[in-house]
Formats: sequence, C-alpha cells, structure tokens
Amino acid sequence: MMRKSQALEANALDPMTTHPVMIRKIIWENDDTFTLTLDMSGFAGGFRFLPGQFNMVYVYGVGEAAVSISSDPARPGTLDHTIHRVGLVTTSLAQKKRGDMIGIRGPFGSSWSIDVARGKDICIASGGIGLAPLRPVIYSLLKKREDFGRIIVLYGGRSPLDLLYRVELEKWASDANVEVLVTVDRGDSSWKGHIGVVTSLFQYIKLDARETVAYVCGPEIMMKYTIDELDRRGVPQSQTYLSMERNMKCAVGFCGHCQFGPTFICKEGPVYPLPRVRHLLDRKEL
Amino acid sequence: MEKEDLSEIMRQHPFLAGLSFEHMQTLIGCATNVRFADNATIIQEGQIANKFYLIRSGRIALQMDVPGKESLRIQTVGPGEILGWSWLISPYRWHFSAIAVLDTRAIALDGECLRNKCEKECSFGYEMLRRLSQVMERRLEATRLQLIDLYDLTTSGAKR
Repeated sequence: MMRKSQALEANALDPMTTHPVMIRKIIWENDDTFTLTLDMSGFAGGFRFLPGQFNMVYVYGVGEAAVSISSDPARPGTLDHTIHRVGLVTTSLAQKKRGDMIGIRGPFGSSWSIDVARGKDICIASGGIGLAPLRPVIYSLLKKREDFGRIIVLYGGRSPLDLLYRVELEKWASDANVEVLVTVDRGDSSWKGHIGVVTSLFQYIKLDARETVAYVCGPEIMMKYTIDELDRRGVPQSQTYLSMERNMKCAVGFCGHCQFGPTFICKEGPVYPLPRVRHLLDRKEL
Repeated sequence: MEKEDLSEIMRQHPFLAGLSFEHMQTLIGCATNVRFADNATIIQEGQIANKFYLIRSGRIALQMDVPGKESLRIQTVGPGEILGWSWLISPYRWHFSAIAVLDTRAIALDGECLRNKCEKECSFGYEMLRRLSQVMERRLEATRLQLIDLYDLTTSGAKR
C-alpha cells in the first residue's frame, strides 16, 4: 500500500503550492451539501491519494478549507469533494459553476488502514457528511471484494432528504454483497426505513467482534457513542479507526490550528487508530 | 397456533432471553400471534394501552400527532424489539401512535392479563419491569442523542 508521504510524492507536488483545477461537475446531494467533481487530467497519471485523506480547497480571493476526498482512488483522472455549505469558503464553493477554476493542494493526512482488514469483517459506521471520507474505502474494498469478509455499512442522517449518495447506497446493497443499514433522526410518512440514531442500527447486525475491523466517521458525539457500542459488542479498540475533524490552515503541521491533544490532525490524522485518541474524546473543549 | 409453537417463537425473542420456564408459561397465557399489513395502525395515541408487542419481523414507526401538521415519526422498531410499555404504567393510555411501515409479525401480549399476573406474582412482575427498564434506558439514551441534533454542522466547531 502507498503510504501518505508517497501519495504526495506520487503527484510530485509541493504541499504549500496551490494548483488550479477545473470543476467538471457539481451534484447537489441535498439542500446544503454538494459534490464537486474536479478535472485532474492536468496531473500526469492523475491525482493519487489514499482513502481517508483530504485536500486544502482554495477559492481564489476568499480562502481555503480542508475537505475530505470522496472519490474512487482507482480513478485518479477526477476527484470528488463532498462539501457542506456552512462557512465563508464552502458558501463560495457552493456558488461555483461547471468550468470554474478553484485551487487545491494535497493530498494530506493519514488513511484508513485497509490492509489490516484483509480476511476480516468490516463495519463502517458513519453519520451525516461522515460518509464522504469513507466512500473511497468502500470503493477500494469493493475492488477486492473477495479479500474481505462481511462488509457492513451503517449510515445515519438527520432526515431522508439529508442522506448522501442515496443511489450508491442502494446499489451497494443490491449489487455488491454489502449489508447497508440506513437510519434517519426524523422521518415522514413516505420514509419506510429506520428512524433513530445510528447506534440503534447495531441491534440489527450480529458482529463476530474479534474478527471485525471498524471504521467510524461522523460528528464527534456520534463517534463517541458508536465507539461505546463497538466496545459493548467486543470489537477490539486496536481494530477500530476513526476520522477526526478540526479547522485547518497549513495542513502540514506548522500552524497548530488543528492540534488535538498531543497530535496535529493534519499530519497524524485525520484517521487514527482508536487507542491513540480514545482518552481525548471525553475531554471538554479539546 | 399451538401453545408449544408460540413458546418456541417467544423463547427466541431477545426480550425474553433467559426467562425461566415458569415465567414463560405465565406469559404464554396472555400471548397471541398477530400480523399487520403495511400501513396498518397498530396503536392510536390517547387510546387505552392494552397490548404489549414482541416484534418478530417487519418494521413499525412510532409517531406523534401534531395538530395542523403531518404526524411526526420519531422512531422505528423492528425484529427483536418490543413495542409499548404504557400497559404497565397508569393511566394505561398510549402516548404515541404506531403504524406498520412494512408487513409486520409480532406476538401480542394482553396488557391487563399481564398486569394482573405481575400483581399476583412478584418475581414475574420484577422480571418484566427489569427487562422493560433496560429497554427504556436505551431508548432514553437514543432520544437524548436525537435531541442533540448530531448533524447540525452550523453548531459544530469546524466552520469553513
């Protein structure tokens, strides 16, 4: 597997230099969240990255934001970023159109450890926009489906209209031998699926805990309760990984904006093995 | 359905896991096998709570009636879960409605029958209450999480 430093080297990029790229497509996933597909054909051999890594996405004249990469690592000619419109930069990105230019630098950060999951069952638990950084993992797992045991995707959203990648979720469930369970916090009469928090989905699956690797991404409070649920079911902490999020500026460990206890999320994270950060999750205002 | 078949089905339900033979026999006297078609109303808010359901398959949505608006669906329950505890708690009226959102099979237990048995046989009553309390605790925790509105990014630390 390519390591994180190799990913940068593979693209032969200076981590502090922003590269102009063209927006090839914009898909609105819901009222506030959209996926930008960027044309990476200007990079020789495409843009190489690992599942779980992020880029700094730059709107010229406005500013930069860290955004997880949500596309298939095996298709380096294009790059997807799924973005929630919440601040100045992301609101500016939301106003962009096909053919507009933006800047990116990256990829940065650690990745989901897929090799450790070989031969094991995989439980992917995600909430809200947390499915975005896990989508490259799902693509990668499906490319080598026979190398893994069960693949279980648990996904929670606020409402049916807020769910990301609905078509793909259905496709994975029907075509790819993946157990997909989706829940929403609030449903309406047209919604036939589960209603309840994402942790409530665990009661519908039976985990072979010692043989399960878990990847968790979502709001921190959701990850905390999901980890409790995995603990209760006996999944070893050493086999649980989670992705953390903080505001980032430099993305290379200089500025300290993303400090999380003794680590910088941009360098050591965003993906951590649980034992590395378990003790930090309960600390206030960290 | 024969009592022996019912007993076997009930024994496999997680809510009754490990229940003693005697207590199981006590329960079976109050039990019937039921089936609800998709969209069937199982419980109506405000009505007398006279049933307790052990869900075997399907899915049921719990909803609250909001005057002037569409009913608000707050939770679903599915296989291995239970539906309803108002049969145990005075004034024995449902605080929500329940609609089958998929074809659903369940064991229905008569609430009044159960209450009488809980009153007469303290150890059985304690066992029922102990198991229901665990379910209530889990649902309270889940409800708190729902109240937090986990996915509201406008209140999270990462505004970009």
